[in-house]
Amino acid sequence: MHLAYTPEQQAFRAEVRAWMQAHVPAHPLEHYDASRAGFEAHRAWEATLKSGEWGMVTWPHEYGGRGLDLIQWLIFEEEYYRAGAPGRVNQNGIFLLGPTLMEFGTHAQKQRFLPPMASGEEIWAQAWSEPQAGSDLAGVRATARRDGDDYVLNGHKIWSSRAVFADWAFGLFREPGSERHKGMSLIFFPLTAPGVTRNPIRKINGHVGFAEVLLEDVRVPAFNRLGDEGQGWHICMATAGFERGLMLRSPARYQVAAAALADLWRTRGNSADPALEADVVRAFMNAEAYALNIYQTASRLMAGAKIGPEASTNKIFWSEMDIHLNQTALAILGAEAELLPEPGVHDWLDDFIFSLAGPIYAGSNEIQRNIIAERMLGLPR
Amino acid sequence: MDFTFSDEQTMFAQAAATLFGETCTPDHWRRMMQTDTAFDAARWAQIAENGFTTLLLPESAGGLGLTELDFALIAQAAGYVALPEPLVESAGIAAPMLAALAPGHPLLADPAVIIAIAPACNPVVAHADVAHALLLERDGHAFLATPDQVTLTPVATIDPLRRLFRVDWDPDHAVDLGLADWAQALDRAALFAAAQGIGLAQRAVDLAVAYAKDRTQFGKPIGSYQAVKHHLASAQVAIEFARPVVIAAAAQIGQRDIFAQARVSHAKIVALEAADNAARASIQVHGAMGYSWEVDVHLFLKRALALTNSWGTPAFHRARVGARLFTRLAGPDQTFAQDPLFENEA
Repeated sequence: MHLAYTPEQQAFRAEVRAWMQAHVPAHPLEHYDASRAGFEAHRAWEATLKSGEWGMVTWPHEYGGRGLDLIQWLIFEEEYYRAGAPGRVNQNGIFLLGPTLMEFGTHAQKQRFLPPMASGEEIWAQAWSEPQAGSDLAGVRATARRDGDDYVLNGHKIWSSRAVFADWAFGLFREPGSERHKGMSLIFFPLTAPGVTRNPIRKINGHVGFAEVLLEDVRVPAFNRLGDEGQGWHICMATAGFERGLMLRSPARYQVAAAALADLWRTRGNSADPALEADVVRAFMNAEAYALNIYQTASRLMAGAKIGPEASTNKIFWSEMDIHLNQTALAILGAEAELLPEPGVHDWLDDFIFSLAGPIYAGSNEIQRNIIAERMLGLPR
Repeated sequence: MDFTFSDEQTMFAQAAATLFGETCTPDHWRRMMQTDTAFDAARWAQIAENGFTTLLLPESAGGLGLTELDFALIAQAAGYVALPEPLVESAGIAAPMLAALAPGHPLLADPAVIIAIAPACNPVVAHADVAHALLLERDGHAFLATPDQVTLTPVATIDPLRRLFRVDWDPDHAVDLGLADWAQALDRAALFAAAQGIGLAQRAVDLAVAYAKDRTQFGKPIGSYQAVKHHLASAQVAIEFARPVVIAAAAQIGQRDIFAQARVSHAKIVALEAADNAARASIQVHGAMGYSWEVDVHLFLKRALALTNSWGTPAFHRARVGARLFTRLAGPDQTFAQDPLFENEA
């Protein structure tokens, strides 16, 4: 136990900080879900990151990374959020599919898909859910029929984040006639392939953040299947574990928000409202607790441990703390909370609206609580 | 940066968990309550033999010279069994204070000695009836008194295994040890209360899990119903995000600065909230059984209630977190910040 950074870690932080200061755009980019222009501006930012070799620092050099450890990744993320750098438009790729590809992909697949993922040349959407398969993901009906060296994909995917503007998607498809958890494969397909139709769906903030994706005889090479045929469910669960457990929502995001909330309280708060001040302190404690939990997990993983069902506790904690934090900000804004902010001013309203998605995406919090109860506490199914 | 335990720390904590688990069983709690006792001399002797009482004392005072982190892991194990004996108060708070003020004091030569501690912030003193000596606060000084130099008045209390007393005493009939570091005592006490809170919380969840697997209604174990699952999952989430705070607070308490104080306070707030949440969820999952004296969950609820408010109320500790938040930089690069004005004791 030694809770201090080494001189090397401090030097690394200084390096990231200097680079971010020199490169982070002075004005916030339009949101990547708001328009094609916003999306492409974020792709250009990914290319800038790549020019500094910051695309995905934990990946090996040969796949476009720096081969850094998880503590260095946390430091990188801390400086990234401190600098107010743009959101990662390729988070479905780099944080979800990437780690899974690293574990289950062949060398040729890694060489093909990881470098353009790290550089933002290929931006990824996820295509898990279907109209009849949400929380019950094993109810997926989309099919992959083998035809020589190809698969022919058919089906209807929905709630696919980034799918409106992205280049590629990964999703679960089943062998025709197979049932439930068996017979499913994880397959990649270009969103521009013949037979793919994407219909944007507006979110409650007005952005077209996700889409339904219709696949009609979409032909992809069998090379695009990750892992063995029929292993899709297993791989999907591994992806979900990483998503919930570590990388999707780094603690720095909430620590920056909690510090901004403290500033908002200092400048706008009513000191005669101790209950609200208690909420500001609570938001800070939550963000700290999340950071300490993740530092502990990172340390354990570096010492050889594997991520387990406790990953589900993370997803519940960050999603619920995010709502509380933003609600507190709106309470401080009081009668002005409902007003859309001037450009360049912290948009607590949009953050609040977005936070409401947290308990739903990446596996609803009800499903997470089932996972904790069954796999961590051992309660019967 | 390393957030893992040493093998020695893990082994020490495991030894404590084994000793407590074997001797501090539900049968044993009930026997103690039936006989109206809150102290088991045989167990206390074993606790002393295992080195748990001298763990925090410096080697020069005959101790093991280990750290608050080592002791916090023992305190967590004590919480898991709602340990009646005053291990935390005596060995975690009082004896190290005495060792700092009077390094060669003869009381410290006996690992089985029990020293009660009476800070100004607590209106009552725990376990004063079994103490060989008392450390009492007045005007920042610590006074040492023997039991015959003070008047103890028992106070009726909710926790049957935690005896409380009002202490009447006269500084003229006690030894003035000089100005004492009561701030350090408070930080240690808050930290170890937090560590016990983690143990209390986990036991409350574990008792409910065992019951929910066993008890059937509508033809199925009640633990298979989502309403029950979600109560316990939420309680476990609170534990998972209190435990690393407690561990970090234990590792950083030696900094003695505003950051360390805030982390200790954070730990005390959330660990005892986790214990309260878990105990109430556990009572709910046990149904009418949970409201009965026969089921042991109430012991964990009551201990959590006691520890929540001793050594600083939640409001006191929240103010300390606020002081750190509003007077120092906050942000992701400040998670492990240290105040350069304070000397690092480590």
